[in-house]
Amino acid sequence: MKRILLICLFAVAVTVASHARTLVVAVNTALPDLKAAVAEAADGDTIKVKKGYYYSYNTLITKRLTIIGDGYPVLDANYKEEVVTILANGVTFSGFVLKNSKTGSMRDYAGIRLHKVHNVTISNNRLINNFFGIYLSDCDHVSVIGNTTSGTGTELTAGNGIHAWQCHDVIIMNNYSTRHRDGIYFEFVKKSRIISNTSERNFRYGLHFMFSDDDLYQKNTFRNNGSGVAVMYSKRIRMFDNLFIENWGSSIYGLLLKDITRSQIVGNRFVRNTTGIYMEGCNLMTANNNTFINNGWAMRILANCENGRFERNNFESNSFDVTTNGVLNLNKFDQNYWDKYEGYDLNKDGTGDVPYRPVSLYAQIMEQIPQSVMLMRSFMVNLLDKVERAIPSLTPESVKDINPKMKPWTR
Amino acid sequence: MFKIAKYIILDIIRSKVLIAYTLLLATICTVIFLSDSDVIKGLVSITTIVMIIVPLVSIIYATTYYFNAAEFTELLVSQPIKRRDILLGEYLGISSSILGAFVLGVCLPVALFALSATGITLMVAGGLVTLSFTSLAFWASTKTRDKSKGIGLALMIWFYAAIVYDALVLLFLFTFSDYPLEKAMIVLTALNPVDLARIMILLELDISALMGYTGALYRQFFGSGTGIAFSVSMLFIWSVLPVLLALKIFSKKDL
Repeated sequence: MKRILLICLFAVAVTVASHARTLVVAVNTALPDLKAAVAEAADGDTIKVKKGYYYSYNTLITKRLTIIGDGYPVLDANYKEEVVTILANGVTFSGFVLKNSKTGSMRDYAGIRLHKVHNVTISNNRLINNFFGIYLSDCDHVSVIGNTTSGTGTELTAGNGIHAWQCHDVIIMNNYSTRHRDGIYFEFVKKSRIISNTSERNFRYGLHFMFSDDDLYQKNTFRNNGSGVAVMYSKRIRMFDNLFIENWGSSIYGLLLKDITRSQIVGNRFVRNTTGIYMEGCNLMTANNNTFINNGWAMRILANCENGRFERNNFESNSFDVTTNGVLNLNKFDQNYWDKYEGYDLNKDGTGDVPYRPVSLYAQIMEQIPQSVMLMRSFMVNLLDKVERAIPSLTPESVKDINPKMKPWTR
Repeated sequence: MFKIAKYIILDIIRSKVLIAYTLLLATICTVIFLSDSDVIKGLVSITTIVMIIVPLVSIIYATTYYFNAAEFTELLVSQPIKRRDILLGEYLGISSSILGAFVLGVCLPVALFALSATGITLMVAGGLVTLSFTSLAFWASTKTRDKSKGIGLALMIWFYAAIVYDALVLLFLFTFSDYPLEKAMIVLTALNPVDLARIMILLELDISALMGYTGALYRQFFGSGTGIAFSVSMLFIWSVLPVLLALKIFSKKDL
């Protein structure tokens, strides 16, 4: 009985497969654009779009189709509408150039919009001059892979490069985002992964989390954005092996953390940022194995952060290692390498024998009088810092590394 | 003028004090670079030296030499040579010797170990500091009558510029922290060659931190080439103005 059932199933599968057709869209043929092809096609079909220039005013993909661009055909919305909206499950959309979506303040027009779908793959597209690049709402199990998106480049009419709202189990991988408001934006997105993307020269953040829990971002590069990454009001975010580089300016940060809990920052590199990590109202954070090089402020931790653990990080050539606006009683620094450490190691176990206090007196002075930036590295300031290190009285007693390393951790 | 400068340079080389200074600088720089693999950290340490030792040696050596060569100067004055040429010749001779020592002692190791924008800024800033303090030494020497007073004045100038000035600035900042001090700070910096040189190097080393400053004027100043152009031109004024003042005094001075 079981065997017969299997054979029947197989027969059905074969008939379905043999019915799946491939439709070819080309200029000046029976199928002159994507819209006509979608109307013609049935679930499971493949649409191939030949190289050419097509106008696409919010083409709706309402069937389970595989849509492939051959030689990067251009879909242009001519500033009138969105370019493509995907409303069916199981769609694959790949190899297109999508251009010139409408911009507006009432609706978020996008290059590719996905709404209430799952198992959709968006890959290897080039999005140019759209308000929003790829817009996911109410989706799950969606993959966004290998796309590049370049926004409008003007601050007032810039949307987000890859925007996800109310999604879960999304994978964002190998994308490139520039000239947008946020490179990648997550709001109410759970259990998703952001891997090996590059986000640069966006107006606001390279990557922005709001109310999104249990996400991972790994091996991404954030260069020269308004701020590198902002993680806000989220829980259990894992931030691994990313590069934050050259995020410069006043109140501009490599990584901005606000009101988040139980998150991990591991193995990241912060290079030449004005502020490497800025933490406000963060609980139960761990920051391990990170490297901070040539930042203005490596870490700025406000006094309302609790139970943070900062271990085995390298701090090299930063103007200031750690600053705070009060005391950091419940946070622990341990086994970090500080290039400004001047202690000794008598028993040669690689750990300094006297604790290191990363908050310098001059940093405290800067806190009160920002104009004293002019005196940085002057003999007077060095003298004050030395005296304070010898007999601490003004800097917070609690902020210290009991086991500072003599040599940097090799990575 | 150039003939006088040539004789002075030859005399200085014979005296070996400046050679010792060159070796001291070269040793310090080389040791710093060899002991730490991080070049930027080395440059930071050398900056501190440039800000302390270089001005001190420049001003003290130039003053001492000026007074030691007083008899030579008197001899020259009795000849049909303009006083202006005599003093400028001496300035040229002494400053180029000290500058040479700086080039060999600091610029050479920096060029070998850390040739970068920061390194070059350090060289230029150090060279200009050398010139301005030699120039100040001439002012101090012509201003005073005898050697001990001259060296005393030179030492005071150094102590004031290298250490006391920053403390006063800090005090000033604390006192007037409620007021917008941005313009005042730029003016205050211009009044001290050591601070000017330090700012020049800061613009390379700590630009990340400087960009974090909220004041618009500062950002503008630091963000563009304006800061560097301003510092260099102010340091030039510091190298020329005291010597011109010295020239004025010297031309009327009863030797």
